[in-house]
Amino acid sequence: MATKFSKETYLYWYELMQLIRQFELKAEEKYKMEGKIRGFFHAYVGQEAIAAGCMTATKPEDAFITAYRDHGLALAKGISAKACMAELYGKATGCAKGKGGSMHFFGKEERFFGGHGIVGAQIGTGAGIAFAEKYKGTDAVCLTFFGDGAARQGMLHETFNLAMLWKLPVIFICENNNYAMGTSVERTSNVVDIYKLADAYEMPADSIDGMSAEAVHESIARAVKRAREGDGPTLIEIKTYRYKGHSISDPQKYRTKDEVDEYKQRDPIEQVLKSIFDNKFATQEEIDAINKRVEAQVEESVTFAEESPWPDDSEVLKDIYVDQNYPFIVD
Amino acid sequence: MARSIAFREALREAMNEEFRRDDRVFLMGEEVAEYNGAYKVSQGMLDEFGDKRVIDTPISELGFAAVAVGAAQNGLRPIVEFMTWNFAVLALDQILNTASKMLAMSGGQLSCPIVFRGPNGSAGQLGAQHSTAFESYYANIPGLKVVSPSNGYDAKGLLKQAIRYEEDPIIFMESEVMYGEKSEVPEEEYYIPIGKADVKKAGSDVTIVSFNKMMKVALGAASELEKEGVNAEVIDLRSIRPLDWMTILESVKKTNRLVIVEEQWPFASISSEIAYRIQKEGFDYLDAPIRRITAADAPLHYAPNLVALALPDVERTVKLVKEVMYMKK
Repeated sequence: MATKFSKETYLYWYELMQLIRQFELKAEEKYKMEGKIRGFFHAYVGQEAIAAGCMTATKPEDAFITAYRDHGLALAKGISAKACMAELYGKATGCAKGKGGSMHFFGKEERFFGGHGIVGAQIGTGAGIAFAEKYKGTDAVCLTFFGDGAARQGMLHETFNLAMLWKLPVIFICENNNYAMGTSVERTSNVVDIYKLADAYEMPADSIDGMSAEAVHESIARAVKRAREGDGPTLIEIKTYRYKGHSISDPQKYRTKDEVDEYKQRDPIEQVLKSIFDNKFATQEEIDAINKRVEAQVEESVTFAEESPWPDDSEVLKDIYVDQNYPFIVD
Repeated sequence: MARSIAFREALREAMNEEFRRDDRVFLMGEEVAEYNGAYKVSQGMLDEFGDKRVIDTPISELGFAAVAVGAAQNGLRPIVEFMTWNFAVLALDQILNTASKMLAMSGGQLSCPIVFRGPNGSAGQLGAQHSTAFESYYANIPGLKVVSPSNGYDAKGLLKQAIRYEEDPIIFMESEVMYGEKSEVPEEEYYIPIGKADVKKAGSDVTIVSFNKMMKVALGAASELEKEGVNAEVIDLRSIRPLDWMTILESVKKTNRLVIVEEQWPFASISSEIAYRIQKEGFDYLDAPIRRITAADAPLHYAPNLVALALPDVERTVKLVKEVMYMKK
């Protein structure tokens, strides 16, 4: 099947998606088998096409902000696997110096604004990041990600209203993986098509297949173009699926194995791979080489994390204030 | 040259001067632009700076606080006006979970230079939901600084400091009943560092500590006491977090007695923290228990007699001072 995307795009997608998946699987192993990683841990496995499509539809100076399922988007934005794995380990070399953990990855240089733990809170913050770009007169945009659960927060409605009122260059991306923890979308609202929430604010909206990197890219690219031209925000509901539980400790009694298997039949990485082979963009040997490279990168990130030091004890009272002379209460 | 100007004018001058200095500074809030401010603090600012920088919002505290926080993290220096801190509770998630924590969570990468300001505490018979004093709430939060001035001179210097020099989120507490009060403010530009208390009246017999509009009660009590030969030292905290406890301690070393007057509810209030600090650092200097007057441990009622009973006043402060001095009533 002919495609409008280039060989380079497909190979980039494939490698990024494999990196995200292999990183997550390795991290989960280190969590479950060795106890090296602790705390809440939310894997991006199954949702990789979103990160891939969003990356090729944006520029490096465009900002990303998301909720706590943040590993995949952080890797996509260019935070190294080493810094991400070290963060999961809580090491000083992590992308938040071991102070954030799984839910709070950050990369200021990479324009990755985190990793947020209060459901829906980052929707408004993301609009503020976009506000600053408009204020400064740049053409950068902010991709603001949230889950289907966050769509029921008041923050979404307040932010949609403000973002349309002020025509902010923000793309609202609802990664609808169908479950707010254990509660399915149908059980959270009378309105199950989340993209329709945009109608109340006369905001353009789209609903797309999140298992397709092509579909993600095309929809995001349209929204980004509109935002850059000053026409304001778009809501894009991306129907996706997480193969893993809400978090690592989720027994997943709310869904069947058949349902999970059904989605795995439409695996986003397999779909990209099929396009690569169909278009003869790469041979099996070349794909094997990418896989090896990804594997080495992930292994290297583990070694790096294991060998890195813990944050120094003095870090307890650092990064609390920019003011270096703040007189902390210590007893 | 000093002139006498109202508290609201002092705040406005602080914002105007910093607006002229730095394009990244903007003001956002309900009625701040076309209405010229619910309490006329921002009067004339829309005319001078335009609607890019003086921005009316819908009644949407959580939403516009979040937009301002995001803008601060992405290179701007917002001032957010809350019509009252009682409404800011709706935005507390952004202040507590994003503005105050992001520098730590990001390992020092994302700072949040923002000023949240507006009137705080009671202002007559406004009923329970418009009358809470929130200093102790915000003072509990690492990552924030909390400022609560008692007069226009301090307010201007502290607000200019907050807007220009502070890289951390600032909570700035005003009062509806202070906006019209005049004070001497110099024509020349000045800044007041955050975290320094001010000894408003020197004295030797007892130390009275207060802040914001309760300073009037503290100073009123000091004048009454003067008539009875008691020379009270009165300290205006100005900044709540960080707390300048050294100035209080130095005073207590001299007076050996401490009374705190505040509008907070009593449990885990500013006076609780001061009492802990002074008993620990100044135990040997104390000749009497540290005492305080707070707001009543109840929501503020509407009836005027109940309002009066619930808030600190001069009479009870005088009585309490006499108790710590073991004077006859």
